[in-house]
Amino acid sequence: MNIIVCIKQVPDTTEVKINPETNTLVREGVPSVVNPFDENAVEAALKLKEKHGGKVTVITMGPPQASEALKTTIAMGVDEVYLISDRAFAGSDTWATSYTLSQAIKKIGDYNLILCGKQAIDGDTAQVGPGIAEWLNIPQVTFAVKLEVEGNKAKVERMLEEVNEVVECPLPAVITVVKQINEPRMPSLKGMMRAKKAEIKTLNAQDIEGDPKNMGLNGSPTQVVKIFSPPPKGGGEMLTGEPSEIVDNLIAKIKERKIG
Amino acid sequence: MLDYQLTEEQTMIRDLARKVAIEKALPKRAEWDETGEFPWEAMKAFSEADLCGLYIPEDLGGMGQSVFNFCLATEEISRICGGVGVTFAASALGSTPILLFGTDEQKKKYMPEIAAGKKLAAFGLTEASAGSDAAGLETTAKKEGDYYIVNGTKQWITNGGEADVYTLIAITDKKKGARGASAFIVEKGTPGFTFGKKENKMGIRCSATRELVFQDCKIHKDQLLGKEGMGFIVAMKTLDLTRPGIGAQAVGIAQGALDEAIKYAKERVQFGKPIITLQAIQHILADMSTQVEAARALVYGVARMIDAGAKDYTVCASQAKLFASDTAMKVTIDAIQVLGGYGYMKEYPVEKMARDAKITQIYEGTNQIQRNQIGLGLIKESAKKK
Repeated sequence: MNIIVCIKQVPDTTEVKINPETNTLVREGVPSVVNPFDENAVEAALKLKEKHGGKVTVITMGPPQASEALKTTIAMGVDEVYLISDRAFAGSDTWATSYTLSQAIKKIGDYNLILCGKQAIDGDTAQVGPGIAEWLNIPQVTFAVKLEVEGNKAKVERMLEEVNEVVECPLPAVITVVKQINEPRMPSLKGMMRAKKAEIKTLNAQDIEGDPKNMGLNGSPTQVVKIFSPPPKGGGEMLTGEPSEIVDNLIAKIKERKIG
Repeated sequence: MLDYQLTEEQTMIRDLARKVAIEKALPKRAEWDETGEFPWEAMKAFSEADLCGLYIPEDLGGMGQSVFNFCLATEEISRICGGVGVTFAASALGSTPILLFGTDEQKKKYMPEIAAGKKLAAFGLTEASAGSDAAGLETTAKKEGDYYIVNGTKQWITNGGEADVYTLIAITDKKKGARGASAFIVEKGTPGFTFGKKENKMGIRCSATRELVFQDCKIHKDQLLGKEGMGFIVAMKTLDLTRPGIGAQAVGIAQGALDEAIKYAKERVQFGKPIITLQAIQHILADMSTQVEAARALVYGVARMIDAGAKDYTVCASQAKLFASDTAMKVTIDAIQVLGGYGYMKEYPVEKMARDAKITQIYEGTNQIQRNQIGLGLIKESAKKK
C-alpha cells in the first residue's frame, strides 16, 4: 500500500504576527516546524505501512528551506520525500496550491491513499486537502479520527462538531486527519542520521508539467486584500496588590457590574 | 557551559535524549516517584528513539559502542529523572559482561534485542552479606553434567523483575577464593529463578530494585560467561567500564537541580526584587555551576579516554564517579537551600533530586571503595616511578 502525505512547513507559534505594511507573516525569529496536523497524517501513514506494508512518500510545496520539514519526516521513518519548489509557485492560494500538489502527485504516481492534516495552523483554510481530491477526481473524506484500510476500501470515522460519523470510501482517496487520530512518534536516532544525509529531490514547475494558468500568484483566483489580527475578545483587567486588597477590589467590581 | 566540541552526531544524541526525557519522563516523574511505578513508558520511548544501543557495536544492532555517547544520553535522562536514568543505565551494566566476555553466539543471541531496547538487562552481584566485600558471595553454582545448579539470593538488583536478561556472579569453587567465582547469563523465566520483594527506597523510586532468588536453578553450561573462575574479573572489568555512566547520572541529577535553582531564583521575589539579583544567592549558584561543570569535564574526559582505547583507566573512572556523585549530593542540597521552604516541599522537584542523588554515592562501589581504588592507583603509580 503506497501512501502520499502532503505536509506544510509553518511558523512554530500559536501567535502568528502579521506585518501590517506587507500583509505577510512575520517569519523572522520564529522557528519553522511541520504543521502539527500534518505530523498526525505522517503518523497515520506510518501506522498503515506497519500494518499493510508498502511505502510512505511525503511531499511539500514551498521554498528550499521547507526541505527541513521533509527531513523531520524522514527522521520519523518515511521512505521518500519530494520538495515541490519553483519561483513560479510563489503567491499560490489554495486553488493553485492544491493544483500544484495534485500535479506532483500525478507525476509521482502509484498511490493508494493520500493523507493530509485537516488544516495548516497558519492559514487555517482546510481547503488544500479537499482541493487535491477535486483536481485528482477521487473521493475525499475530511476530519478523520479513525482510519482503517481493508482491501480497496477505507473505513473512516469523521470527527464532526456534535457527533462522529463513520463512512466508507473506495481507494484511492484523499483523507484529512484531526490531531485526535494519534500521537505522532518521536524522531529516532537512525532516522535523524538518515535525514542528515538525505538528498532532497526537488520537482519544479516543468517536472510536474503544470499549467501556468493554475499556478502561482497569477493562477490564483483569490488574492489577499488585507490581513489583520482581529481585536482580542474583551481583554481582562489584572488586579494587583496584596491578596486581601485584590479580593476587596474584585468583590467591588462584581457588585458594580451587578453580577453577584 | 564548557564547549566539549561535540560532533554533529553527538549533539543529535544529546538533543534527542533531552527531547524524549522532557516529553516522556518530565510529566510523570513526580507520580512515578510517589507510586514507584516502573517507567516502561519512558523506556519504550528511548527504545523507539534508538537510544538503547549507544554502547553496543553496530554489528550487534547498536549505534557504535561509545561510552561517551552513552554518557551523554544518560546525563540528559538523569537531568529530568534519576530513577529513569538509572533504569536506562542499569541495562548497560547488565549487558556489558556479555559484550566484554560473551562468545559470538552469546552476543548474537542477546545483544541485538538489548540494543533495540526490546529487552532490558540487569547485573546480579550484590548479596546481603557481600556488598563492598564482594568476596563474601554465598550464591553457589555447582556443576552437574552439562548444567550448573544455582542456589542463593542476590539483593538490591536494579531492573530486577523487569529485565529479561540477567548476568549473575556465583561461586563455582569456594576453595579457590577470588578465582572461585564465575559469571553466567540467566534468562527470566528459567525454572528455579524467581524474584523477591520490590524495595521501598529513599530515591530513584521508579527504578525496580529486587532480590533475585535461585532455588536449584539449572543453567546450561553454554550460559557461562568467559571461563569458570573468571567471575570477579568479569565483575571488575564491567564496573570499570560502566563507572563513567554513574558519573553521568550524577552530573545529570546535579544539572537538573541547578536548572531548577536558577529558574526559581529568577522568579522568586523578596525584598522587592528577584532573589537571583542577591549576591548571597548568586554565590551559591556560582559554586553549584562550577562544581557541575568540573564533574562533567571529568566524566567526559574519562569517557573519551576509554573510547580512544585506553587500557588502564580504573583510577580516572573512580575519580569521575566519586567527584560527580559527591557533587550531585552537594548541589541538590544547595538547590533546596536556594528554593528555601518551597525546596523542602514535594510540589517542587529538588527534594526528589537530593533523594535521587544520594544513591550515586553508594551504588556500583561506594565512594569509600572508589577512594580505595584511587589510593591503590596512586601507590602503584609512584612505585613505577622509582
